[in-house]
Amino acid sequence: MMSKRSYWMLLGVVLIVLIPLIRGGEFGGADGQAADLVEAREGFAPIFEPIWEPPSGEIESLFFSLQAALGALIVGYAIGRARGRRQALDEAARRPSA
Amino acid sequence: MHIMEGFLPASHALGWTAVSAPFVIAGALRIRTIIRDTPEARMTLAASGAFAFVLSALKIPSVTGSCSHPTGTGLGAIVFGPSVMALMGVIVLLFQALLLAHGGLTTLGANTFSMAVVGPWVAWGVWKLAGRLGLSFAVSVFLAAALGDLATYVTTSVQLALAYPDPASGIAGAALKFGSIFAVTQVPLAIAEGLLTVVVIEALSGKTRDKDRIALLAGGEK
Repeated sequence: MMSKRSYWMLLGVVLIVLIPLIRGGEFGGADGQAADLVEAREGFAPIFEPIWEPPSGEIESLFFSLQAALGALIVGYAIGRARGRRQALDEAARRPSA
Repeated sequence: MHIMEGFLPASHALGWTAVSAPFVIAGALRIRTIIRDTPEARMTLAASGAFAFVLSALKIPSVTGSCSHPTGTGLGAIVFGPSVMALMGVIVLLFQALLLAHGGLTTLGANTFSMAVVGPWVAWGVWKLAGRLGLSFAVSVFLAAALGDLATYVTTSVQLALAYPDPASGIAGAALKFGSIFAVTQVPLAIAEGLLTVVVIEALSGKTRDKDRIALLAGGEK
């Protein structure tokens, strides 16, 4: 199973996310803020527009969730498979050789 | 760290693409070699790419009152060396450019350079240096992943500053201005990414001695 220090580190990650939320803020994207800074320059025009944009915030969050879900699926599968493989090796080592 | 579609002048867009392309090709060749020579490492390789996929989808609030996301490229860089992450990073960036209008095709080269080249190389360099300094496994992984994450955002700031220098304070002034948006927001997220990278490497390598973990994941003998 996970080591004790893993639990502490996960708790740390949770705090890092929660503390700003509790302190409050607008929480707009940093990418967008940098883009605003560029757009504020006189005479700026993007040289190209996105080929396709998610039509709404809902569709955007659909693809973001899909991205996270696909990644988590593979990471979880790899962790489970590694664990299963180790268990099988351990059992094989414990079994008296016939 | 995503520079939006069309937000770099054509010369910069082409320049960064030319700089990044060899890294991506080298990464693809390296991945092919790993799959051919160490099939045991395939699962870790997939997990390295998937970790970057997850982390770069998570917009996380920061103490600056704005949101940003980690990159997740440190894990693969630590286990396999930095080159493999160049190709993995491009895949993540393409997904986001095409389906999320996040980043873009004209800025793909610049975004690849910051997230998939500089980040992994810094992570790998810090990992090697930390090992030489005798730092513990967990501290080394943490520092490597966190500083790689931060380096990505510093790179984006410099890229934007090169394209849009401040009329009064020049490139350095502009880099500070973009850096104050990106790098400061990124500090807590980089710490979170460092911690998560240690947790996932531990989970993938299971009960084994710290010094054997990376060799185990890279497909070495137990």
